[in-house]
Amino acid sequence: MAFVELNGLRKEFGEVKAVNGVDLSIEEGEFIVILGPSGCGKTTLMRMIAGLEKPTGGNIVINNEDVTRLPPRAREIAMVFQSYALYPHMSIFDNISFPLRARKEPRQEIEEKVEWAAGILGIERLLERRPRQLSGGERQRVALARALVKEPAVMLLDEPLSNLDAKLRASARDELQRFQRSLGITTIFVTHDQIEAMGLGDRIAVMNAGKVRQIGTPQEIYDDPADTFVATFLGSPPMNLLDHQRYYVGFRPENFLPAQVLSNGAPVKTFPFRVGRIENLGSDRLLYGTIADEEEDRTVSKLPSTVEVSIEPGEAYEFVVRDDNLRYFDKGTGLRMPPQAT
Amino acid sequence: MTETVEEAVAPDLVAYPAPETPRGRYLADHEGLMGTLFLAPAVLYIVLLVGIPFFLAIAFSVTDVTVGNTSMDFVGLDNFRRVVTTPQFRRALLNTFFFAVVTQIIVIILANILALIMTRDFPGKWLARFAIILPWATPISLGTIGWLWILDSKFSPIDWVLQQIGLLGPDTLLGPGRHLLYLGREELAMGSVILVHVWRILPLATVILMAGLTSVPQDLLDQAEVDGASFSRIHFQVVLPLILPIMSIALLFGLIFTFSDMVVAFVLTRGGPVYYTQVLPLWAWFKGIDGGSLSEGAAIALFIFPVLLAVAILILRSARRSEVA
Amino acid sequence: MKELKSWPQRIMVYGLLLLFVFFAAAPFLIMLINTFKADQDLYRPQNNPFLYNFPPTLDNLRLLFEGTNYLVFVRNSMIIGVLVVLITLVIAIPAAYSLARLAGRWGERAGIMIFLVYLVPPTLLFIPLFRVVVAVGLNDTIWSLVLVYPSISIPFSTWLLMGFFKSIPRDLEEAAMVDGYSRMMAFFRVVMPLSWSGVIAVIVFTFTLTLHEFVYALTFISSSAQRTISVGVPIELVRGDVFFWQSLLAAAVIVAIPVGIVYNMFLDRLVAGFTMGAVKG
Repeated sequence: MAFVELNGLRKEFGEVKAVNGVDLSIEEGEFIVILGPSGCGKTTLMRMIAGLEKPTGGNIVINNEDVTRLPPRAREIAMVFQSYALYPHMSIFDNISFPLRARKEPRQEIEEKVEWAAGILGIERLLERRPRQLSGGERQRVALARALVKEPAVMLLDEPLSNLDAKLRASARDELQRFQRSLGITTIFVTHDQIEAMGLGDRIAVMNAGKVRQIGTPQEIYDDPADTFVATFLGSPPMNLLDHQRYYVGFRPENFLPAQVLSNGAPVKTFPFRVGRIENLGSDRLLYGTIADEEEDRTVSKLPSTVEVSIEPGEAYEFVVRDDNLRYFDKGTGLRMPPQAT
Repeated sequence: MTETVEEAVAPDLVAYPAPETPRGRYLADHEGLMGTLFLAPAVLYIVLLVGIPFFLAIAFSVTDVTVGNTSMDFVGLDNFRRVVTTPQFRRALLNTFFFAVVTQIIVIILANILALIMTRDFPGKWLARFAIILPWATPISLGTIGWLWILDSKFSPIDWVLQQIGLLGPDTLLGPGRHLLYLGREELAMGSVILVHVWRILPLATVILMAGLTSVPQDLLDQAEVDGASFSRIHFQVVLPLILPIMSIALLFGLIFTFSDMVVAFVLTRGGPVYYTQVLPLWAWFKGIDGGSLSEGAAIALFIFPVLLAVAILILRSARRSEVA
Repeated sequence: MKELKSWPQRIMVYGLLLLFVFFAAAPFLIMLINTFKADQDLYRPQNNPFLYNFPPTLDNLRLLFEGTNYLVFVRNSMIIGVLVVLITLVIAIPAAYSLARLAGRWGERAGIMIFLVYLVPPTLLFIPLFRVVVAVGLNDTIWSLVLVYPSISIPFSTWLLMGFFKSIPRDLEEAAMVDGYSRMMAFFRVVMPLSWSGVIAVIVFTFTLTLHEFVYALTFISSSAQRTISVGVPIELVRGDVFFWQSLLAAAVIVAIPVGIVYNMFLDRLVAGFTMGAVKG
């Protein structure tokens, strides 16, 4: 049995089905990311795992115990909220020690544990301050320390990086990953940011409209998306989808290259590509254009700057995609299909 | 699309039953129970001491109950008929509306001005605020007693000042008497009642408007100044619309306090001279408690309620609608 | 807060302010002066009312404190005030929390209903309530007021506190629950400490309500020793047709000044709660 199991989890708010049947098995020590756009149900799912929402159906098992009926304080979980939820009227020390005081642990132990947690997150010097005196990054670490100090079985993180400055986010992500690896706590991380997800998770569960579309490693999800939603949600820019009679043909912009670049003999499909506009991002060039009789410049090619090929807007070129980089999706269901003959 | 995806991705969806509510040691988390328990005493109080008396008032008004007589016999609309046909009642009804409306008009204008002044910084502001709050902080009856003296027919300080500057007395503008009978003459008595009401309500309205003014974003004011608008244009076209919801609340409270008040009239004039400053709440007390005819008193008092309700709903609705998101 | 700009503007503003301040405070000044005025000074219409033409005296105060039931009135009002505040807090705080957090959608509507209940004035209910009070045997005692006053303060306090509780982010309570507290304990440890302004507003409002209230106090109580300040002073300090004016005015001023100071101190918090409830409630 996995460490955390969600079976048939459902949550309905009146008519609205926020979570519509989710099955998920999470191994001990795993860092799993639940990725999806706003409103897909990921936060509701997390709140059910935490015990802040009562499921309409299904059950939740943590460490072999069915916790579905139990309130948050009876589950061995810790949670970091998007807003960090630091208690404004308490010092940082009191914030971090709050869960320990709730369990009525002896003072000596409390002090030791708080020092330990603060040490891991590098915030020892902030212990006497108040939340309002701290920066965003510091507050986030306090929230993590507070979660850590309980030594929980599962740690739940609800978009904890979205309130940080863009520059801070990358280093915070890095630290978070090393932090989790060294401590080995099973972690469930919820986000809408696919770059975060790809960078952090051992596995990613992509959610939309209350259902999990696909679960897999970042590579699996990226290379072998299960449906058009996953295909277009991941990747920046998203996968190109060409309308082709009964199905869509999909290929990623970085696999869509000028013919002369891909000349190693692998089987390819050729597309006449008229370039509309070019965005030079420094490290890459994004070419927006049309294939065949498309109307707008919807198809994108991502050319690394290392490829020195001259491309002019308004001109048509022969672009190719390797056959094994092509993906086929059923038009009706959006699901992945086996390779089709065109 | 969702249907077929459901089949494909989660083919063996078993219907798990909904989890039960927490019991035993997790009772303190049982939100439904907590919610009801927490709310119950308040609801009880309101039902027992507001709801039931309200219906009792209606019951009284259609019976012949008096202070002495504990039996209640149904008399239909007799009480209402008897009450409504008296000149005192009609005067009281008129006065109640008149005092309330005129007071509010004066108060709103003055409060706007005063609030604008009070939202500035100046030395001695705490003291000024203290002075301005005083009329509202003082118990109504006690404040009115102060005015009782100031408006006295013999010893009024106002009269003394007017005499000194030659406006009162023989051969003067307001003469020939040496005293203006503020509480003895019909128009002056009505004016006095309104004066005391204004004096009392102004602080409340001012404070509420001050809160409204400080909530206007500075950005908007700066923008208007850059756009070249004058002070009055800024105030009337930018500020006023924004504080309209709060002003409505101030208006609502002021109206209610004046409309349902019996203290000012009681202490100042007892409804006199004759019945020229009579108001419904005071008249209800005279008839019901002082006179002993509970049923007539109830009938009179009931006239207060529909107006109050209508005004409250109107103002709350318009406050909602005029709220700028 | 803007600073005043030009001198003419300043003069106009200060002038207006002075007028308002005078209008508001003059009665109290006169009351204060008269407190110490001798009879011979006061009851001569030609004497300057703003000066002491005869030496000031403490006789009036002596009369007030020793010759009348004024101190009894004060004692009664204090007792009633404290008790009613306690009752109100104990009932309104949980009720407000329940409506703010636990009642979901109909909590909103209930909040407005409660506000409307507050608008039902004592001048409507005093007649049937008089009967109720007599029936319960509390007629002519201060306990009748201790029983009835919360029916006025609870609706308003609940509405006021609702606004406060709603303004506290749910995150904080939920974090406390995840941290190991039950919802009830989370309420005490997180929500209450952050709502002090609201609680203080309730205390100030309720206490002054009991001081100001007139109709019920007049209706339910007839013996002098049971009266409150609000009714006792205007009724009792007039013996027949004779007004003991100085004592009367002294009685008023003695209550007015402290209450005014307290109001001034807590004004900001009072208004914050008020408007929060009104505009967002």
